[in-house]
Amino acid sequence: MKIHTPLTDDVVASLRAGQKVLISGTIYVARDAAHKRIVEAMDAGAPLPLELQGQIIYYMGPAPAKPGQPIGSAGPTTSYRMDPYTPRLLAAGLKGMIGKGNRSQAVKDAIRQYRAVYFASTGGAGALIAKSVKKAEVIAYEDLGAEALWKLEVEDFPATVINDIYGGDAYEDGVRQYAIPD
Amino acid sequence: MREIHYNTIVEAVERLCMESNYFLGDDVLQSVQKALGREESPTGREILREILENARIAREDEMPLCQDCGYTVVFADIGQDVHIVGGDFNEAIAEGTRRGYIKGYLRKSVVAHPYSSRINTKDNTPPVIHVRIVPGDKLRLTVAPKGGGSENMSALGMLKPADGREGVIKFVVETVRKAGANPCPPIIVGVGIGGTAEQAMLLAKRSLLREVGQPSEDPEDAALEADILTRVNKLGIGPQGLGGRITALAVHVLSQPCHIASLPVAVNIQCHSARHKEIVL
Repeated sequence: MKIHTPLTDDVVASLRAGQKVLISGTIYVARDAAHKRIVEAMDAGAPLPLELQGQIIYYMGPAPAKPGQPIGSAGPTTSYRMDPYTPRLLAAGLKGMIGKGNRSQAVKDAIRQYRAVYFASTGGAGALIAKSVKKAEVIAYEDLGAEALWKLEVEDFPATVINDIYGGDAYEDGVRQYAIPD
Repeated sequence: MREIHYNTIVEAVERLCMESNYFLGDDVLQSVQKALGREESPTGREILREILENARIAREDEMPLCQDCGYTVVFADIGQDVHIVGGDFNEAIAEGTRRGYIKGYLRKSVVAHPYSSRINTKDNTPPVIHVRIVPGDKLRLTVAPKGGGSENMSALGMLKPADGREGVIKFVVETVRKAGANPCPPIIVGVGIGGTAEQAMLLAKRSLLREVGQPSEDPEDAALEADILTRVNKLGIGPQGLGGRITALAVHVLSQPCHIASLPVAVNIQCHSARHKEIVL
């Protein structure tokens, strides 16, 4: 299924765990240190460097672009490290996250409460994923180097729905289907 | 004494940093290809094909396989008849790392003051260096960049001698189960058994330098590897944690004697982007 950003409630409601999607439009990129700063800015009542309403944050820190490329390798980083910050961002209107790996119960609950979606893309496929990034720019926190806040334009960015608003979890489903008891 | 110059080491490390990040080893590619034949999950097979396609793009475009170009870990086996001249050996490794990561468009992923300000060092230094003095007049350098996602899933178990072989298996399988989708499966499970706490972890890391899936030369360890692999692949985690038969491509065990009171077991998990390149000078 092809989806576009910003995400509407109807689109989010149509997504189910395990479903594959191709995402196009603007997505933001933030990982550990940028999340810390965003939440600190929220705490201080300071303006945020990005619009959260309906947006997707991709947990990623790209490799530097070679001349002529928009971005270097650009695959997902492990998501659980962002768990302490995520419910705050969802409460502020964030609708989607792209990363890899399992989320905490608190994040899964917040995904249901605020009607959002958690996607995974293929970890370790950064060279392949970079092909779907058409434009990339640092919009804040440049001093963080690999952890700066980026804005990307993506076209048919491949991802899988992991956690949906109905409590579905593609990781749990996968293990349930393929585990062999001892 | 055979002399090896500082600059030779710098240039070798620079090149190895880039090559290890661009070119996935044939052993890994063959292992993924083989896994493709055994994986029953259609999603799992699709992911394995993406891994192969990613490796092809990285090789052809000379770009990093993964945006996480790793913490630079360097294994150096220095022949005792080698005399390093022209500068500090450790600084040569650091300078090679610096140049490789800057010239090679590799991501700099090292921060100073880890529990406070966490300021990026901007050149991926300092590397971690493991030195052994060995017979001969050669210098073997292996650069093994290690990603944070898989490294974070490492575990050390100081088991009781009574826990025995089954205790070791349970500890390793439980560590992989808990890691779930996080370390980018399919993984290679490095297991170090024996020695002391820090030695067990080093054995686990060193085991990852072996060709993927090549059994241990020690028949007892080789049998343990096979048994752990079977158990790990019953977990059902599968490629990227989305379910499947291939959670691990291989289990590598290195063991050595330990104290009468101890049974140290270390697990160092390697993602499918199993990068290491070596040179003998």
